[in-house]
Amino acid sequence: MVTSSHSRPGTPSPAGSTPQGHGPDGSHKTDRSAPSAPTRPFRQRAAIWIRKRGLGPYLLLLPATAVIGALIIWPAIQIGLFSFQNYGLMQISGVEPAQWIGFSNYSQILHDPEFWSSLKISLYFAVIVVPATMIVGTLVGLLLARLGPRMRSFVSISAILAWATPAVSASVIFAWLVDPDGGVVDWALTKVPSWLGGGAHWSGFSWTNAPLPAYTVLTVMLVWTGFPFIAVTVLAGLRTLPPELHEAARVDGAGPWRDFWKVTFPLLRPIFLVLALLSTIWDFGMFTQAYIITGQLGNRDEYNLGLYEYSQAFTQPPHYGLASAAAFVLTIILLIVTVGYVRAAIKQGAFA
Amino acid sequence: MTSVPISGRAASGHPRRGIRRFNRASRKAVLNLLGLLVALFALFPVLWMISTAFKPASEIYSLTPQPIPLHPTLSNFQQVFSGSVIGMSYWNFLKNSLFVTLVAVALSSLIGLLAAIALGRFKFKFRTTYLIVLLIVQLLPQQALVVSLFIDFRKYNLLDSLVGLILVYTAFALPVTVWMLRNFAATVPKDLEEAAAIDGAGAWTRFWRILLPLISPGLVSTSVFAFIFAYNEFVFALTFLGTDTAKFTLPLYVQYFYGQNSTNWGAIMASSTLFTIPVLAFFLFTQRRLASGLVAGAVKG
Repeated sequence: MVTSSHSRPGTPSPAGSTPQGHGPDGSHKTDRSAPSAPTRPFRQRAAIWIRKRGLGPYLLLLPATAVIGALIIWPAIQIGLFSFQNYGLMQISGVEPAQWIGFSNYSQILHDPEFWSSLKISLYFAVIVVPATMIVGTLVGLLLARLGPRMRSFVSISAILAWATPAVSASVIFAWLVDPDGGVVDWALTKVPSWLGGGAHWSGFSWTNAPLPAYTVLTVMLVWTGFPFIAVTVLAGLRTLPPELHEAARVDGAGPWRDFWKVTFPLLRPIFLVLALLSTIWDFGMFTQAYIITGQLGNRDEYNLGLYEYSQAFTQPPHYGLASAAAFVLTIILLIVTVGYVRAAIKQGAFA
Repeated sequence: MTSVPISGRAASGHPRRGIRRFNRASRKAVLNLLGLLVALFALFPVLWMISTAFKPASEIYSLTPQPIPLHPTLSNFQQVFSGSVIGMSYWNFLKNSLFVTLVAVALSSLIGLLAAIALGRFKFKFRTTYLIVLLIVQLLPQQALVVSLFIDFRKYNLLDSLVGLILVYTAFALPVTVWMLRNFAATVPKDLEEAAAIDGAGAWTRFWRILLPLISPGLVSTSVFAFIFAYNEFVFALTFLGTDTAKFTLPLYVQYFYGQNSTNWGAIMASSTLFTIPVLAFFLFTQRRLASGLVAGAVKG
């Protein structure tokens, strides 16, 4: 309220219905504004100067820009710089200065078979998990649209709870579900009839000791985490479609399959595109779940690109330069997908 | 939704009305059954976690797992509260988590609100560019940036410190906060502000009396997202807090607990339950408000 009394002198003070709700107590206002008189001209001049040059928005953006610049954009640039330096234990402890070593960090990781196997794991994983999540999510979205209101809110709230489960909890829970000693998954698989692949040989099966089983668990986990977001978004998209379209398709003799591909999908294509790109970014860059399920950096043959990069920096001895080169590769791959995402978002009018 | 035209025809006296009604009923039953299966798939892991947390060891390692504990016990929770693993109680880690999260949410809301007003209510040169940068920045891989931040933070003595985490969480919550709040700021009618200006309200008064009350619902949903991001965050906490167990936040604590004694599943699930249930409860209470935001701004890291 003190600030309001600074800015009001000069403007005709209306009696009675002021929007600030000061009430009609006019004498009170004049009392307040009197002592602030000396600061008035400067404040007013500053305000006019800011408005004239249109600096208002830039001033408002200043704190956010400073924080994001210092803590996100600068570190991203620094990754690029470190990737050309021999930054390691000596450099971080200040014993020796870092030296520019050109592309040798890059050539070193490009000649590292572990780099290629981790890149392959990240790629395969994204190629399998993204479509799987999209299909499950879309089917659930279509199902939700056909349920009654009560059932719909029950199912979507259940799904949202899966989505909201923290990555650390989800990983620990899945580690327990597939535990060879007492886990419910191995127990259930021993009960599955043998012609479906079940049987006693599943008893005590270890899911986390080799890349393929570990990433099978991660696939199920990420579909479980990711499908609700897609289902809810698809449901919201479906509700924007006029029902006459489906009716017309049905009159023309289209079944649900053709109705989806000829009516729903083309109209919701922008939404599907954005969802697929976002899922790709999340799944290719998966870290927390992989870190926990593959044994906290313990199994080198189970690294994806994120774990490979992280382990270069944070297992002894640290190679921050190599890690930065790998991180730069990871970031560039994700940026390429992100550019696609931004273009799709612009087309959807996200910046209007 | 799609059943509307069918019911219309059935009601208008179709000769095969009985069959149609039967078909409708069975179709509805099938759909509801599928719905229940989806809900079961979604809820099963969480329910299994809670159920395990209440089981005695004999039931956890039983040859035929039971969905519901036959002899429920609180001993797993007692281990978590007494701190028999790390030597510190769950409360210590909850305190760390709440401190970091609440301060980061307050800071990012405040800074984000200012930026959102600029982006939502002003037209200026680099507005669209700024929004695009925010969108990109939000998707940068955190496990890549953490290498660089680790080196900077080591220089400024921000490692093994909750303050360092607060800084990072504030920064990484900002893009989404600004992105979502900007829409709320843009929907406040210009006329309202102009009317107030004519009545003699200064910029501050207009902010406090008009803009803020109308944006505050948006502020609630962005704070929920920021809260969940900071409360769940793992990579930065793992890297910055290292082995200083007393400073651990809850996700780090649960992971450490799991790493240290990966066979004591009862206690691990109890710690995970205590970490997870508040988030899920929070989501249940706010889900109506969140549903719109969830679709509007794609958020999850």
